[in-house]
Amino acid sequence: MNNEQYILAIETSCDETAVAIIKNETELVANVVASQIESHKRFGGVVPEVASRHHIEQITITLEEALDKAGLTLDDMEAISVTEGPGLVGALLVGVNAAKGVAFAKQKPLVGVHHIAGHIYASRLEKEFDFPLLSLVVSGGHTELVLMRGHNDFEVIGETRDDAAGEAYDKVARLLKLPYPGGPEIDKLAAEGEATIDFPRAWLEDDSYDFSFSGLKSSVINRLHNAEQKGETLKPEDVAASFQESVVEVLSTKAKKAAEAYGVHQLVVAGGVAANSGLRKALQETFENTDIELLIPPLKYCTDNAAMIAAAGAVAYKQGHRAGWDLNAHPGLDLEKYGKRGQVPQDN
Amino acid sequence: MNILAIDTSNYILGVAVIKNHEVAGEWMTNVKKNHSVRLMPAIDQMMRETETSPEELDQIAVAHGPGSFTGVRIGMATAKSMAFALQIPVVGISSLEVLARQGTFFDGLICPFFDARRGRVYTGLYDGEMNVVMEEENIDMDTWLEKLKAMHQSILFVSQDISEFRGRIEEKMGDRAVFPTPAHQYARPSYLALSAMKKPASSTHTLSPNYLRLPEAEQKWLNRQEK
Ligand SMILES: [Zn+2]
Repeated sequence: MNNEQYILAIETSCDETAVAIIKNETELVANVVASQIESHKRFGGVVPEVASRHHIEQITITLEEALDKAGLTLDDMEAISVTEGPGLVGALLVGVNAAKGVAFAKQKPLVGVHHIAGHIYASRLEKEFDFPLLSLVVSGGHTELVLMRGHNDFEVIGETRDDAAGEAYDKVARLLKLPYPGGPEIDKLAAEGEATIDFPRAWLEDDSYDFSFSGLKSSVINRLHNAEQKGETLKPEDVAASFQESVVEVLSTKAKKAAEAYGVHQLVVAGGVAANSGLRKALQETFENTDIELLIPPLKYCTDNAAMIAAAGAVAYKQGHRAGWDLNAHPGLDLEKYGKRGQVPQDN
Repeated sequence: MNILAIDTSNYILGVAVIKNHEVAGEWMTNVKKNHSVRLMPAIDQMMRETETSPEELDQIAVAHGPGSFTGVRIGMATAKSMAFALQIPVVGISSLEVLARQGTFFDGLICPFFDARRGRVYTGLYDGEMNVVMEEENIDMDTWLEKLKAMHQSILFVSQDISEFRGRIEEKMGDRAVFPTPAHQYARPSYLALSAMKKPASSTHTLSPNYLRLPEAEQKWLNRQEK
């Protein structure tokens, strides 16, 4: 076997067309992301058909750029990995079919990757995993606590019962009439304000690691509405700071409680909301004097990218996960079931 | 000259392999089943049976629409990425032209069309040599038929959606409308390869689908700007 093993990955689950190449599971060689954010701004959110149209126009350009940056060719690749879900079906289909085209043309193994597994594995590009670990996944579509006892072994021990944290951010951003995407805007605004408003924290049952953000969202709506009726003005900075404090406190407190209960060695933060400075700070403070090592990916790995898909793909490949030529996009792919595929290691 | 032709732009899933200007293999289904799942296994099987390895291909031909937005992209993503990986040219051909080739020996004009819903069609008009007589467009069928009527010629209608529109066509066109047997109403992938042989290659990076329709959100946005 060659001692330099390269994995190429394609990610098109939402509004970024991304291709990356990694070496020996954890060394990043190239990471190209063609963002479409500007195209979706005027619609106030990602329009699936617009996203798919961009992907088909960008896909081979992005592939070429990644290979050029790496100074490698497709012949150097050990396997081709691709996000097969979850995500927008039309967007995923472009990446899945492009990956199949490349893999078939070069007769390379093909590996389907779960998008959230990718977000979690982004941290492994920085630091080796030490199991058991707990991952706090926070993004526009997900808020979950995932326990990992080994590679590709996922157990979701808590998840949101209504809105994802990122969704709540987007909704509050819209209420405050902030531009799209709203999450980073709230984070910026919150840094300038003070948490003077007492918004609720949804702790749910004592033994639950689930989350709920819909009550918080309603509370923000009511508070803004009442202020408007009374002709009182609320500083948007303070609303943002108070809202953010509520979200961040629930996330970091629950993460710590679960991390201690399961005796994990690491807490791995994953997903777009991991870029939030308020959350990063709160987690650092929460885990500062504990034995639990906190892994927060650098900002470039928080938003969607293919480096994380390559990182997860490399592990799946090693464990013998192989996709057939009939690989499809799976917009509702389940993380736990994904992890249980092809657990029998293969030695070639 | 070895060509792989791919069409997933409409209900038809078509794959053909042309070797040294002969149709070595052609496979076509007309079932509304997931093209994304079935395309690559079909290519794999067609290549095996014709004993063609990917490196032996000289060109990829793909139907670039109009059709189902997603269907068009499944074929295009496959064709573009294969062409990129093999460093060979890719040629995009109108899905309507592929269909029009079914009327090659017809003495008159040929009108291929796909149902675009709400009384509209994706269509165009060709002569027997595949010259474009009227540019393809997304148009209300009644308006289109008025245009065809003014041509004062026999027109062959080629479409798997004929039953949907037959009454209207006969009403407007009378005896000038000609309908082929069902076997001639489907876009054959070997015709796609044939068209591609006569067209210059596209740039792999810039080749993009010809949807003939904006995304709904974009159309609504444009309508708002005009107000
Ligand atoms: Zn993501």
